[in-house]
Amino acid sequence: MKRCYYFPGCSMAATGKGYQQSIDAVARKIGLELVAIPDWNCCGATAAHTMNERMALALPARNLARAEQDGGGMEIAVACAACYSRMQYARQAVLSSPEKRAEIEAIIDMPCSGSNPVISFLELFSRPELMEAVQAKLTKNLNGLKVACYYGCLTSRPSAIARPDDPENPMQMDRIVALTGAEPVAWDFKTECCGASHQVDAPKAAQPLIHRILTNAREHGADCIVTACPLCALNLDMRQSKIMETFGGDYALPVYQFTELLALCMGVHPRDFGLHTHFTPAVGLMRNALKKGGDQA
Amino acid sequence: MSRIGVVVCHCGTNIAGVVDVERVAAEAAKLPNVVFAVTNKYTCSEPGQATMKAAIEEHQLDRLVICSCSPRMHEATFRRMLKDTRINPYMLEIANLREQCAWVHTDKEKATEKAIDLMRMAVAKVEQNKPLFTSTIPIHKKCLIIGGGIAGIQAALDVADAGYQVTIVEREPSIGGHMVMLDKTFPTLDCSACISTPKMVDVGQHPNITLMTSSEVVNVGGYVGSFEVTIKQKARYVDHTKCTGCGLCETKCPTKVPSEFNQGYNKRTAIYKPFAQAVPAKPVIDPDSCKMLKEGKCGVCAKVCPLGCIDFKDTAKEYTETYGAIIVATGYDLIPWQDLYGEYGGGRYADVITGLQFERLVNASGPTEGHILRPSDGTEPKDVVIIKCVGSRDPHKGKSYCSRACCMYSAKHAHQILEKLPGANVYIFYMDVRTPGKGYEEFYDRTRADGAVYIRGRVSKIYKENGKLVCKGEDTLLGKPVSVQADMVVLATAMVPAVGVEKLTTMLGIATDPDKWVQEAHPKLRPVETQTGGIFLAGTCQGPKDIPDTVAQASAAAVKVCGLFSKDEMETSPMISGVDQQKCCGCGFCVNCCPYKAISLVEIDAREGARRVKKTVASVNSGLCQGCGCCTAACRTGAIDLSGYTNAQILKEVDALCL
Amino acid sequence: MEECLNARSGAELANSIAARAGVKLHECYQCGKCTAGCPMAHAMDLMPRQLVRYMQLGRMEEILGSKSVWLCASCHTCVERCPHSIDIPSLMELSRQAAKARGRVGVKTVDMFSGIFMQNVKMFGKSHEALMEGVYNVTTGRFMQDMENVPHMLKNKMVGIEPHTTNNPEEIKALIERALEMGGEDA
Repeated sequence: MKRCYYFPGCSMAATGKGYQQSIDAVARKIGLELVAIPDWNCCGATAAHTMNERMALALPARNLARAEQDGGGMEIAVACAACYSRMQYARQAVLSSPEKRAEIEAIIDMPCSGSNPVISFLELFSRPELMEAVQAKLTKNLNGLKVACYYGCLTSRPSAIARPDDPENPMQMDRIVALTGAEPVAWDFKTECCGASHQVDAPKAAQPLIHRILTNAREHGADCIVTACPLCALNLDMRQSKIMETFGGDYALPVYQFTELLALCMGVHPRDFGLHTHFTPAVGLMRNALKKGGDQA
Repeated sequence: MSRIGVVVCHCGTNIAGVVDVERVAAEAAKLPNVVFAVTNKYTCSEPGQATMKAAIEEHQLDRLVICSCSPRMHEATFRRMLKDTRINPYMLEIANLREQCAWVHTDKEKATEKAIDLMRMAVAKVEQNKPLFTSTIPIHKKCLIIGGGIAGIQAALDVADAGYQVTIVEREPSIGGHMVMLDKTFPTLDCSACISTPKMVDVGQHPNITLMTSSEVVNVGGYVGSFEVTIKQKARYVDHTKCTGCGLCETKCPTKVPSEFNQGYNKRTAIYKPFAQAVPAKPVIDPDSCKMLKEGKCGVCAKVCPLGCIDFKDTAKEYTETYGAIIVATGYDLIPWQDLYGEYGGGRYADVITGLQFERLVNASGPTEGHILRPSDGTEPKDVVIIKCVGSRDPHKGKSYCSRACCMYSAKHAHQILEKLPGANVYIFYMDVRTPGKGYEEFYDRTRADGAVYIRGRVSKIYKENGKLVCKGEDTLLGKPVSVQADMVVLATAMVPAVGVEKLTTMLGIATDPDKWVQEAHPKLRPVETQTGGIFLAGTCQGPKDIPDTVAQASAAAVKVCGLFSKDEMETSPMISGVDQQKCCGCGFCVNCCPYKAISLVEIDAREGARRVKKTVASVNSGLCQGCGCCTAACRTGAIDLSGYTNAQILKEVDALCL
Repeated sequence: MEECLNARSGAELANSIAARAGVKLHECYQCGKCTAGCPMAHAMDLMPRQLVRYMQLGRMEEILGSKSVWLCASCHTCVERCPHSIDIPSLMELSRQAAKARGRVGVKTVDMFSGIFMQNVKMFGKSHEALMEGVYNVTTGRFMQDMENVPHMLKNKMVGIEPHTTNNPEEIKALIERALEMGGEDA
């Protein structure tokens, strides 16, 4: 039904493997054809832009250029928040002035016009035609499961680049996830920062960020957190037990990608997208929710 | 042969500091027909004017060029001066060497060259000037006031007390505006309703005041002295000529909806008076909630009304009247912060409220009878945070301006909380504390003495944790991020122009600034006038202000109206358009482009050779024409011309500059 | 001894950074909403608001020596809520680059991680999470950081074993070198 370019990003081959599998499964179900950008490269997130602006723009611009080689101007959907941000920056830089474009083209050594729009997975899936297609394929229901949709920074900010529906209280993911019968909670930390790579290079300073997000989600009654980014998920999921240890806390909030919930409710077997591979145990909550929700009416 | 005098003004150093005025005068003296050219230190001053008058006699001048400030400043002054001389006041040209030259340039040589050009243009134009004579129009001594808040009320009482007829148009069912919603007023803490309701009663009872509530202006025509205004009164479904305001209907009405007056914190009935002291003290039916009007069943009010005042078949009525002057007093609304500040919860938290909502919560006649209780659960808050500048001084999300009243009412709120809730804590996040008013700084001192904690910094986010509203800010004086856990948060939200004001200003043909505040004619010297004659302004329609300033401005506007009404007729500017019917082809271009609806097409008897024919031509209404000149630019046959700015005059100016 | 504000030795650098970030420094009225919303402020030695203040005063010394410019997570919360839309993340990034060019590194681990990350991209055209983490741990001497997660990753094949590179990694390497050769305007 819908065909677009797809930029997976480097994490998808490693910690984001489950996310990738769930994306593939959902795409197959709804007839969404995701064409990986031929010979894509790392977009440079999250290091390049702190070191050199030209490098930070050129790396993602090369991906734009590769997608353009087909002509046709097909949209490029990006599944990672950081990659999405960098690709948008690059496209807007190319479109900003002929001089900037020439500079970038000289660095990547190929033409790059910015002809192909860049969209986030959230924007893609919240379009009415995709929402309908998803709805049509849902067979199971997460009736009443309280989820905290976590958007993070870069699908929301800076709003001129990310173009969210609302930079402080985005609702795209909430609307998508609500299709499964899950109940997105209203909470305050949807767009607060998870610390990104500072969880590696400045962990002491960055750990409180995760703690605050988990606490607020829990405070607002969430049973789990849903994201649309491999890095956000990794930080909230993999580091969760350590955070509990450091800051105190005896609860666990499983972390899912929104496509995992969709896949699950489309009847895809959780093993097929590695639900059991989450760091914070994620299978039990889903099993119970599905039992409670049953089949879609 | 004309005899032209040229006076070049120093304006102290305003002009002479940049322009070599002596050189300008010397160059003027070289021009043909210029028989007198001098400089003067302050041309507009008494001695300056005397010098010119003497020169006019001595040199038998018949026209005059004054090189000085903008004609908007002193053209009228100099025309008045010429009335006592042999020269017609319109044989005068002003070259603007100040605003359009000295003030905007620094290079003295180039500025002087430009000044000489401007002077030469004015001399060339004045050669073509012809004496013009003013005419008069009658003044209908009846004033329309749009808006029944404290500004409209004050202006109405002042004009009416002076003996003139006044009509107040108010779109709500009662006059009173925002002021009557407030609890106490800073810095004196007198009760807002106690001081404003007597004025409302005076308005209701004044023999010279006609009150039209539930009404809006729907059309405005005419001009100063005789505006034709159509007012639409919405259906009220209650015959106010019979109703005594007994209130029985209100007690029996079964439909309850949130009260606008109490900011939604309690309910009113579908047949209602907005509040107890409403003027008129008679109810109306809200058609959006009345069961009878919506579903055709109920009618309890009609059954209980002892005088049979209820009329479910009532319809809107339109009235057209002539007014000599109009005062715009449409007031303000609060910025819709929920749509702009997601970081403050975007309206998701019941206990994050606006200052106006707080006024109702603290008001003895309000929904909580003056007990400060949280809207969410009706408990007393212990820790209250007040955040200032929400929407003000925020060009990114809100408005760039300061809303002027918030610093003081926030201090007042803090004082009231600390007074009414012993043991409570108040934290005020501010950027600057602005207290330029009599007794204001002292009130701020007192609030700090009461125990209010002022924290210099803007709050970045409010979120809920452990049942508290956590306000994250920076104490910029400490240089540290801080948070305060609050039970209730009061936002000092920006004032914005009242909803719908644009429609009205378009109807009235008056200008607004980029924020849609009504533009005054001059920010300092004509603060209550608009650019359109006969239309004045009062209160917050012009920009944020507090009650004292609003009332002062309302009285000022009233004086302007009384001044206008003190004469039976007024002079009109002769600098208006005229049509050469011979040349006019009746195309109607000018009709469409006239912003004042001053031109219409008329049929006249004309001659074509020996034949008599009917011909359609443009005709200018001299009362409506404001002399803007749009029509002269649009006219393809050159039939329309503007006295004082004729095509010939302007071409001479151009020639003087270019040839 | 009080600070004397006459010497504005960093004014040129501050103005050049501001110009490149598209920031009009005078617009900042120091409301502190940036610091207030900054998720990393608790760990910073110079608040985001103070960064702008020092730049307004033409003083870069305090900024170049700060930890803050290295701790900024580029989350853009500050600029999103700033009344004057002042692009503090860009000021932070450019100040970090200026510091680095002068051999000043406020938080060494952050600098190392960025370096390793880009080295990785240079080598493969794509980044390898596990490899990066490994090199980082060795470089920083924090051998045990995040190691508790390794068995889980290995078990679930979350460590990329299959080759994960662009068709021609040399192309990306050349690209990066060309970009760096053009230099930062400041360095």
